[in-house]
Amino acid sequence: MPEEGMEDSKGGEERPKWNNKAEYLLTCIGFAVGVGNVWRFPYLCQIYGGGAFLIPYLIALVFQGLPLLYLELAIGQRLRMGSIGVWNSISPYLGGVGVASMVVSFCVSLFYNTIVAWVLWYLFNSFQEPLPWSQCPLNHNNTGYVEECVESTPVNYFWYRKTLNITPNMETSGSLQWWMVVSLATAWSIVYICFIRGIETIGKAVYVTATFPYLVLTIFLVRALTLPGAYEGLIYLFTWEILKNPQVWLDAATQIFFSLSVAFGGLISFSSYNNQKNNCEKDAVLVGVINSATSIYASIPIFAILGFKAHTNYVSCLNGNILALTNDFDISDMNITVENYEQWFDSLNGTHPSRVSDLNLKTCDLQTFLDQSASGTGLAFIVFTEAVISMPGSQVWAVLFFIMLFSLGLSSMFGNLEGVLTPLHDLKLVPKWMPNELFTAIICLLLFLMALIFCLGSGNYWLEIFNSYVGSVPFLIIAFFEIIAVAYIYGIGRFSDDLEFMTGHRPNIFWKVCWLVISPLMLFVVLVAYVAVQAQTPPTYAAWNPDYVNFPDTEVLPYPDWVFAICVLLSSVPVISIPLVAIYRLICCMSGRHSKDSLHNDPNPYANEDYVVERARP
Amino acid sequence: MISYVFWGSLALSGIKEGMLVWILFLLCQVGAPALAQDLCQRDAPNGYKVRISLKTALGEDAYEWNQSEMFFFQATMAFAMRRHFQMETYNVDNIILCVQTSRVSFWFVVTSPDNTTMLIPKADVEKAVRMSRHRINNAFLLSDRTLEFLGIYPTLAAPVNPDTPPWLIVFGVVIGAVCVGIIALLISSLLQKRRKEKGMTEDGQDEEDMQVKGVENGINLDGTYNRGFTDDDRFTKL
Repeated sequence: MPEEGMEDSKGGEERPKWNNKAEYLLTCIGFAVGVGNVWRFPYLCQIYGGGAFLIPYLIALVFQGLPLLYLELAIGQRLRMGSIGVWNSISPYLGGVGVASMVVSFCVSLFYNTIVAWVLWYLFNSFQEPLPWSQCPLNHNNTGYVEECVESTPVNYFWYRKTLNITPNMETSGSLQWWMVVSLATAWSIVYICFIRGIETIGKAVYVTATFPYLVLTIFLVRALTLPGAYEGLIYLFTWEILKNPQVWLDAATQIFFSLSVAFGGLISFSSYNNQKNNCEKDAVLVGVINSATSIYASIPIFAILGFKAHTNYVSCLNGNILALTNDFDISDMNITVENYEQWFDSLNGTHPSRVSDLNLKTCDLQTFLDQSASGTGLAFIVFTEAVISMPGSQVWAVLFFIMLFSLGLSSMFGNLEGVLTPLHDLKLVPKWMPNELFTAIICLLLFLMALIFCLGSGNYWLEIFNSYVGSVPFLIIAFFEIIAVAYIYGIGRFSDDLEFMTGHRPNIFWKVCWLVISPLMLFVVLVAYVAVQAQTPPTYAAWNPDYVNFPDTEVLPYPDWVFAICVLLSSVPVISIPLVAIYRLICCMSGRHSKDSLHNDPNPYANEDYVVERARP
Repeated sequence: MISYVFWGSLALSGIKEGMLVWILFLLCQVGAPALAQDLCQRDAPNGYKVRISLKTALGEDAYEWNQSEMFFFQATMAFAMRRHFQMETYNVDNIILCVQTSRVSFWFVVTSPDNTTMLIPKADVEKAVRMSRHRINNAFLLSDRTLEFLGIYPTLAAPVNPDTPPWLIVFGVVIGAVCVGIIALLISSLLQKRRKEKGMTEDGQDEEDMQVKGVENGINLDGTYNRGFTDDDRFTKL
């Protein structure tokens, strides 16, 4: 156990501190609450039947999420270092866990800020009348609308063509889309300005970015509940289905895990700036509960708005049919309405069945429209934007929605980037002459340049790959090693002593059982199940190809071999550092006693060991 | 006109011949509408179907479609034809309407003012309608969508292309604010550091001098001060 005295004298530099507890809590909450709470959780509720999904979700929160969260906050606070330093302190053989955390945070920062850039692009475009995704643009000789837009929808066209300018497959890389580069530069500039003075500026920024989403969600809640069709959408959320699908447990466990943002190293960094005598148990429970509560709170307006969208689509489908019938049978204008459509249809079908069938009327079923679910970017940029067009005052709602998504994304980016910067500081890779601001700028610039790959025509396909392969299995592996390291290698006894020192009381039996048995077991099962499910699904992706036979359906293409190799690399390279560092340390240990471990605090240059021994002689 | 013919024929020939001419003339008058009916029919090759959706366009303020409105339509179409051709004087009688339904929809054909049996070809009618479409719409308080000429597609509104895309303006504002913020924060950090360094070196100099001179707590101590035992932890904090 490192001595207390050495902790603050890391080369004489004082460790930054949070201004007050609120900033620390808001930063952790902001990190945990991200865009996934808004666009992944409601989707899972929808496909598994809202009420039923909550049970495995809450179970996973209590037995897997909270113990992991408490563990990370506690070790960060006690050992007062970033992820690499912490794991090196616990056991030099497990230093690879910290390196893996840093690499994974680096990769996630790359694509996560690209999503923030997309949100910014939509935000910039929301200040127009009419909204650019509400109508199709004219083709070049003004004779009609652009064909690609007419075949799909204006919303799809704006997302796939005007925003991404997506290529028909992954092999075609396309060129850099300058408007995307501009948005990405803006996103990274905003991240940089918040990181300029480290947690001093982050702490100020989170007052806005962590609280604003709640304000917007409340506004949307009030507005959405007054929209027609909201009730049908909410009923959908609160249906109770039997837990027949075992997949629901896997999805609940992975959702809570990724939602809490553990294993990034960011939480360890944030809590390392804390006072040692801080009750991290309360913090952990608070952050975990608020994160889940936000997910549930966010799904209410989301579902109400989805219900409204389904209702709008249903009404316009019916109106299309009504117009066709009215025109063909020359019935008086507006005699057939949405209410009496059924009776008219039955009577006309009875008297002139062949004529009615020639009209090719669409079957309009509200349930089918309600069943159309979407998650991720599809929910935000296609489904929600379509719903916003039908709401009066669309610009206001669009601006509010995208500012909310931007705040959510930005506050999560703080944690992602912190998981990269703090370990680098701890590794003393920063030259002494370089001020922190310059170092942060260099890292931000490097990440921006590397993220330009997502601004290519095929960028969205690459982002999906990063999201599925980097943002999933490596985290599960890291978290598993984290909990094994603390529970078994560091020792639950020592850990309990540390917790007693920090919080004033030993952890109760619930935490101990979770750390020793339940959480590692759950993590292991989830990891194996996740890998098994991934291995069974063929590696394919959905491509947007206007020349496809079934356009506007997306074309399902298999990954090319070289892309699949990259996917495997992305999953394995971050975690390969865990065994590599262990082996390296073993070799060093076996070959010589004094391994140059620069990760321990520099020995005090004024501590002359020989002199001490001499003095001790009587 | 009938009376002149009557009296004229009476004057020219005897009463019998006059009666014959009168009967022939009457037949022509009766026959004319029948001939007009043959010209205007459903799916007439040179005719257009018009569809009007009053309730969709005007809702509560929808007026009733009656014979006066039909007359107004004839007058409007005659105006459109005159406006396009400019030489020929079209009249209300040249626009023949038929097959009226309660939708409201009807067919119409346009006859030449010189020869009432000759129909104006479809293409010419289309050109006339396209030219005056806006005026026709406004006459009836309708739009391209609610007053339809089936077969004549409305020209699409030219898109409004601003010189600078609006999104660039918002982007400019945001990035300008961010750049100003970054520069301000960097400069203030730099100034803070300089101030700290200056303050530290000044303090350090004073205390060192004082200790060398043996002044501690204002008391002049004898002897030279042994620097080896100075508490210089203070200096390591640089």
